Amino acid sequence: MSHLVLEGLGKSYGSAVAVEGIDLSVARGEFISLLGPSGCGKTTTLQMIAGFVPVDRGRILLDGADLAAVPPAKRGLGIVFQSYALFPHMTVAENIAFGLEMRDVPKAERESRTLEVMALVGLKGFADRYPRRMSGGQQQRVALARALVIKPSLLLLDEPLSNLDAKLREEMQGELRQIQRSIGTTTILVTHDQHEAMALSDRIVVMNQGRVEQIGAPDTVYDRPQTSFVANFLGKTNLLAAVADGSGHVAVDGFRIALPGAAAGPISLAVRPERLVLAEAGQGFSARITNRVFQGAHWLLSAESAAGALLLTRANDGRAVPAEGDTVAVSFAPADASLISERPSP
Amino acid sequence: MSPAASERAAPYWLTGPALLVFLGLVLIPLGMTVLLSFYDWGQYKGIVPEFTLKNWREVATDSYFLEIFLRTFRIAILVTLLSIMIGVPEAYILNRMSPGWRSMCLLAVIGPLLVSVVARTLGWALLLGPNGLVNQGLIAIGLIGTPLEFMFTETGVVVALTHVLIPFMILAVWASLQRLDPQIENAASSLGAGFVTIWRRVILPQIVPGILSGSIIVFALAASAFASPAIIGGRRLKVAATLAYDEFLNTLNWPLGAAVAVLLLVALVAIIVGSNRLIERRYAQVFE
Repeated sequence: MSHLVLEGLGKSYGSAVAVEGIDLSVARGEFISLLGPSGCGKTTTLQMIAGFVPVDRGRILLDGADLAAVPPAKRGLGIVFQSYALFPHMTVAENIAFGLEMRDVPKAERESRTLEVMALVGLKGFADRYPRRMSGGQQQRVALARALVIKPSLLLLDEPLSNLDAKLREEMQGELRQIQRSIGTTTILVTHDQHEAMALSDRIVVMNQGRVEQIGAPDTVYDRPQTSFVANFLGKTNLLAAVADGSGHVAVDGFRIALPGAAAGPISLAVRPERLVLAEAGQGFSARITNRVFQGAHWLLSAESAAGALLLTRANDGRAVPAEGDTVAVSFAPADASLISERPSP
Repeated sequence: MSPAASERAAPYWLTGPALLVFLGLVLIPLGMTVLLSFYDWGQYKGIVPEFTLKNWREVATDSYFLEIFLRTFRIAILVTLLSIMIGVPEAYILNRMSPGWRSMCLLAVIGPLLVSVVARTLGWALLLGPNGLVNQGLIAIGLIGTPLEFMFTETGVVVALTHVLIPFMILAVWASLQRLDPQIENAASSLGAGFVTIWRRVILPQIVPGILSGSIIVFALAASAFASPAIIGGRRLKVAATLAYDEFLNTLNWPLGAAVAVLLLVALVAIIVGSNRLIERRYAQVFE
């Protein structure tokens, strides 16, 4: 049975629809990311799960029980806020033990569990510090420890790493992943950072304008984007104008590949820059190089073609690189192309 | 002057004017008042610049003065407590309002400060008098048979002063509420805390500095208030400020009035500094 189920979840503010028709089922122990640009409804979704924002439409089921009538204080979820929201007038140990105190856990057990979780997040020896005397990364650990110590059924992370600098963020990503693996708590992460979502999650839910665009494992969503939004939001991509003949073939400016599933007519194909290759003349479609940028390990080439503007990378492997103004043949393997279906706008 | 020297002198030049004003308008008159309190005075001889402790002895030993000072500080403490009890929740509600409503309600809160003290206090007199609206209303609904005494009572003075001074409490507490993490209540609630616990354990300790600074302002202004006690308290119900006024302008015993005024100032400073120390020590972490 799924641990957490969202059924047709929706939320409106006045006439503005913030979230619409979110269906998601999360398995126990899974790490899910809600990924999207700001204003896409990911935080609202998280707040509805946490109980801070009332649900307008649909249901939230945790272990099969509807959460609608359960106030936030009784949901038993661990939440890490973007600003950490630590209690500044309490020490680290007092901050962490707060949730246990609310649960009337005896003092001795409270102390041992606090020390345990502090060791887990790497805060040994910080018990008597006050949060404002700590760095952002350390405060982040306190927030995580405070959420984990109550052994939550669900861990909700609201952009927890966005206030850290790049290097620390990467470190914390690794640690977060490892901690989540070791304790096995079902986790939902809200983020606008595609790298973070891809690095941490078992599955990514890509959201846009309050709706789900695509749900899938990071590599699937990256390699097989189903909509142009997903293709563009996760990494760079080329959207090629193509024509399907309705019998399993697609042509890009005369370059024919086998691609079943497309209805006859004009379509879009998404191909990642690293999957576009320079081919022998006549074995692809032609493009004219407009710009090339050396990036060390590879070249980044921009080109123009009848199928649209192209971006391709070429490994710096010692072979000659076409110069600006050169006309080249470009091709790709059928497996590297994703058929883009345009979601009808609401 | 070399550039370095003129740069070093700049702070003095910049603070100079304000310092002069402070010196001329506050420190010198204050010093003269202190000096005056040690002068002699007689019905027929007037003020005699001779050093004497007579005034101070009189103020310290006469139970008449003790009673007035006790009343003054009793009123100030009650006004401060009432301001905390009403002002803190009001500031909290204000802080949770949508911006449009908030600015309207802020105007209503600051309203009393925009009306002249005398006009406002006379308004209270109309409202609280034996034939005032409050008494008429209470009699009309049958709660009381005879008019309640508000005028010329401490209750009346406390009510009027609280109304005048509560904006200072609300603004001070509101400022400290704005410094709270907007998610802090959600964080406490997600950890299992109910509304009362959130208030007691999370919000209140963090707004203590605001309550303290609001209390200091309200207490100081209530203890030294003149117009409201003078109009609502009347001649019967003297406080330190009206006492000093009477000594200066009715009895013309300036030295005794000066002693009263200086004593009021010293007592105020002592009480405020003392309680400030106490609370800052108790909530040391919040004041960092």
